[in-house]
Amino acid sequence: MGSRSSHAAVIPDGDSIRRETGFSQASLLRLHHRFRALDRNKKGYLSRMDLQQIGALAVNPLGDRIIESFFPDGSQRVDFPGFVRVLAHFRPVEDEDTETQDPKKPEPLNSRRNKLHCEFVRTCTNAFQLYDLDRDGKISRHEMLQVLRLMVGVQVTEEQLENIADRTVQEADEDGDGAVSFVEFTKSLEKMDVEQKMSIRILK
Amino acid sequence: MFLLLPFDSLIVNLLGISLTVLFTLLLVFIIVPAIFGVSFGIRKLYMKSLLKIFAWATLRMERGAKEKNHQLYKPYTNGIIAKDPTSLEEEIKEIRRSGSSKALDNTPEFELSDIFYFCRKGMETIMDDEVTKRFSAEELESWNLLSRTNYNFQYISLRLTVLWGLGVLIRYCFLLPLRFKEFMSKHVHLMCYRICVRALTAIITYHDRENRPRNGGICVANHTSPIDVIILASDGYYAMVGQVHGGLMGVIQRAMVKACPHVWFERSEVKDRHLVAKRLTEHVQDKSKLPILIFPEGTCINNTSVMMFKKGSFEIGATVYPVAIKYDPQFGDAFWNSSKYGMVTYLLRMMTSWAIVCSVWYLPPMTREADEDAVQFANRVKSAIARQGGLVDLLWDGGLKREKVKDTFKEEQQKLYSKMIVGNHKDRSRS
Repeated sequence: MGSRSSHAAVIPDGDSIRRETGFSQASLLRLHHRFRALDRNKKGYLSRMDLQQIGALAVNPLGDRIIESFFPDGSQRVDFPGFVRVLAHFRPVEDEDTETQDPKKPEPLNSRRNKLHCEFVRTCTNAFQLYDLDRDGKISRHEMLQVLRLMVGVQVTEEQLENIADRTVQEADEDGDGAVSFVEFTKSLEKMDVEQKMSIRILK
Repeated sequence: MFLLLPFDSLIVNLLGISLTVLFTLLLVFIIVPAIFGVSFGIRKLYMKSLLKIFAWATLRMERGAKEKNHQLYKPYTNGIIAKDPTSLEEEIKEIRRSGSSKALDNTPEFELSDIFYFCRKGMETIMDDEVTKRFSAEELESWNLLSRTNYNFQYISLRLTVLWGLGVLIRYCFLLPLRFKEFMSKHVHLMCYRICVRALTAIITYHDRENRPRNGGICVANHTSPIDVIILASDGYYAMVGQVHGGLMGVIQRAMVKACPHVWFERSEVKDRHLVAKRLTEHVQDKSKLPILIFPEGTCINNTSVMMFKKGSFEIGATVYPVAIKYDPQFGDAFWNSSKYGMVTYLLRMMTSWAIVCSVWYLPPMTREADEDAVQFANRVKSAIARQGGLVDLLWDGGLKREKVKDTFKEEQQKLYSKMIVGNHKDRSRS
């Protein structure tokens, strides 16, 4: 099967998606191809089952939660713009669309720092959403337990898990309400180089 | 007006003559040598010139795309993500290390950031994963003009269809009357397969032919398309094992059964492993019967990797002769995605590709050792085949093409992670 040459005209709303998410032209083409490959019945959108078919995702203990993040507000389908929007959260800072940047103007120091801070907040938000299932803005002890249980399966006893959950919540909880709010969460992660750990380098 | 008439008849005559000449040439150069297994260097020349044309065409296309300022769709064979080959443990340790300044022995058991590892891995697989890649046709880095040059396209397809038609004719005319003469039928089989091979303009290189399978053994090979069968059968005599197909394939299968003892199964029967094993054992123990040809992956893979072998054929205890088949994808993609299109469409695609170029390696025979079970033996054979053919040796199941993944794999991941966060705890509580 020969490869097909395609350009941006093939992707509906290609330009607006590019501007919104910041993916480069080539990356967007790749993701479109990937979207089409996952959409086996050529429906034009992805359902939960399409994503569940990915073998390596099904073995990921957090696989189901990750799939959930593609379907906000209880929707059952995700179209290509939605797909790209979620993946854009994991795009590293450097992979900016070079066409929209002006190469002559040097980047002011402030804005670089701001950008990094935005990145950090974005990264934390992604992780936070995986913990906070009911979206109430806090990670309760119960939710912490649930995620832990997902990650270890049946290998750890309930008691050990509860200990771990209690300890973690205590360490992060500052206002003593027994749950970890988003601010507390970001504080405890501040020391780590989280942007690197959560971003995916796409080959040019 | 009437001046044209004598010209017309002249042209018709010329056409007639040229067609006859063409056909005789075809006969002489292709069918006769096919019968005797001799080949000319014509096909090698053909291959070389094709390669040159492809390289030139790719350059032209890239230049053209640059002028118009369009992005060319460049496929990557290795995926789009820059992956670091680190394990779960290493990655999580690194995530923790980058944050805390504590010494490593005091590392706490669980950190909120551990989740990052799983999250990122998950997103990466959504963008690109090893398995789904294997089930879509292998992507080429350069064009091979398969849907572009109309003129050549027409010419080649005509020639090939003619040849194939002849092959089918001869096969049926010979097979039916000769169904009681085993020697003749073997010979005819070989001949027919060779004709098929020529018809597909297949250029096959056989390596290590001294290791070819013998009677009473099982021949095991990786599977990309039904053409694998033709390729192997044109170089030796085999009994086939496979699932019964409907349609055109079914007709061919039934014709083959009349001439030679083969073993055909319904796909549902295959699930009853004992039945299958019994039939195979019976066949193998009869030393006069031909070696069985089995494709243990269970389905067609796109020829960049070898998937997990089903253990059934390895339980029988006969000698296994592994064979590695590797197609050169530049000349035509032999991969058959049976969930995408049926047999006839597939054959058409094969007929109209430039050529089918592949290499076949016969590996030395292997037997199951005393301390090995069937699964380990199967994996050993699989690694040997993968290594020889330069294919990636995957642990994944070919069944993933159609079904979901088994839970055992998820448990592996969970076990690894739990060791990290609880392993220390156990030591502490003991002391």
